Amino acid sequence: MVEVHSVSKSYGLKAVVDNVSVNIEKGKITSFIGPNGAGKSTLLSIISRLMSADTGEVLIDGQKVKETKSRDLAKKIAILKQSNHLSLRLSVRDLVSFGRFPYSQGKLTKEDQVYIDEAIRYMELEDMQDKYLDQLSGGQKQRAFIAMTIAQDTEYILLDEPLNNLDMKHSVQIMKVLRRLADELGKTILIVIHDINFASVYSDYIVALKDGKIEAQGTVNEIITSLTLKRIYGMDMPIQEINNQKICVYFS
Amino acid sequence: MKKRYLVVMLILLSFVSLFVGVTNISPFDLFRFDDHQTQIFWQSRVPRLISILMAGVTLSISGFIMQQLSRNKFVSPTTAGTMDSARFGILISLIVFTSASPIEKMIVAFIFSLAGTFLFMKILDRIKMKDPIFIPLVGLMFGNIISSITTFFAYKHDLIQNMSAWLQGDFSMITAGRYEMLYISIPLVVIAYIFADKFTIAGMGEDFARNLGLNYKQAVNIGLVIVALSTTLVVLTVGLIPFLGLVVPNIVSIYKGDNLKNSLSDTALLGAVFILFCDILGRILIFPYEIPIGLTVGVIGSGLFIYLLMRRRDYA
Repeated sequence: MVEVHSVSKSYGLKAVVDNVSVNIEKGKITSFIGPNGAGKSTLLSIISRLMSADTGEVLIDGQKVKETKSRDLAKKIAILKQSNHLSLRLSVRDLVSFGRFPYSQGKLTKEDQVYIDEAIRYMELEDMQDKYLDQLSGGQKQRAFIAMTIAQDTEYILLDEPLNNLDMKHSVQIMKVLRRLADELGKTILIVIHDINFASVYSDYIVALKDGKIEAQGTVNEIITSLTLKRIYGMDMPIQEINNQKICVYFS
Repeated sequence: MKKRYLVVMLILLSFVSLFVGVTNISPFDLFRFDDHQTQIFWQSRVPRLISILMAGVTLSISGFIMQQLSRNKFVSPTTAGTMDSARFGILISLIVFTSASPIEKMIVAFIFSLAGTFLFMKILDRIKMKDPIFIPLVGLMFGNIISSITTFFAYKHDLIQNMSAWLQGDFSMITAGRYEMLYISIPLVVIAYIFADKFTIAGMGEDFARNLGLNYKQAVNIGLVIVALSTTLVVLTVGLIPFLGLVVPNIVSIYKGDNLKNSLSDTALLGAVFILFCDILGRILIFPYEIPIGLTVGVIGSGLFIYLLMRRRDYA
């Protein structure tokens, strides 16, 4: 379980994350939604120790993130940020292999290779594993990065806007993979996501942030209501039920 | 480019290098040298070859490490002020300890080149505009500022002549007893290989590195120490060799990628072949005189540098 205890973070005078407390359950997909600048990415960065909080603390499985060795944490939690511009020319396989670094420290064992192959297969990258990243499209690159996080084989996977720059087909593909990771392998997945309908269809829990505070949290049925969404986004969203899934019609 | 070909070329060029020079030494005489020939061979030709190879290898690898750590393809000991800072250090050691021993010179020059490189990395952190071409320009300006400070003090202390010896890389002065310091670069290359993965991960960015549990700052610092120390060793024994650390890693990156562990041996080989070729060219073009290596590498290297810049533009 991830426990966030009254975490705050400000840049200058602006509190980006303002006294946030939240518990995230194991083995589920939890989506963080909310308007731009609500503090979603910052919160994810704090949970994954990429940033330190000004006050408050984060516990993962009862252990304080701040007091855990970074190398040990790397086997427990993986984060992928939203802009992954690499100036390095790496092959897909090399990139995925680096996901094993916390275990191998550079010397890949046979076991590592198995994980690498598996991650590549999971993201359907077999055909292009020897291509360089700069030869791939945005969507393929994103899949390669996610494969790296999968190879890292952590209980917790944090993805900051994984659907950025992806077309519908690949967005669905990635969400389905995340679903499988949670359902089949019991991974705990935290994602920041903008498309509310992807959040609605694929997540178990939704945490809505606004102005650095938690505006609402709960199951999909609790959060995806016109009333709650109006509070979060400040706009009217009629909600239709299609095949038992709640779809927000926010286009007009 | 296959590694085989590089190895063959290296052996071939090394052989040529041993038998090119004013004193006529032919490979056919190998087993019946007279005294003079033996002396030239062991006192000059062999040391020259060894120092060429080591300089080529270390500078190329340093360049590769630097490009990874700065996340910019055009940063190298030449374009980040490392070489100029080392030279500034040599000048200071000459002024402060008038008859500085080679070790004293090395230490002072190392401290300066390390400080200069760190300063450049700090500047890099502050620059908002991460344009790949803008950054090496800043580095070149930074290097030139340090270089002019060096010239100023050298002028004041009447050391201009001494300093110009370190301005232009030159292998013709290499004889037994004057290049052995370069052997220090061998363990540096070994360390570079051991840390290769860490440098590549650091090159993916601080967040990436931290996600994988790598101590980012430590990796960067170790990398910069390797770069500064090897650059210092080369500047001290041979002099400035511009663009080598820039051109070689970029060429290797094109055909072999940026995974340092995979590319290290190619970088080392190509670096050695490239500098050896330039040196032989410099020795035969105006035979029996010599064009210093700094000039030949500078001309060929800067030409390739411009080509790489244009190529990069096409991509963007």
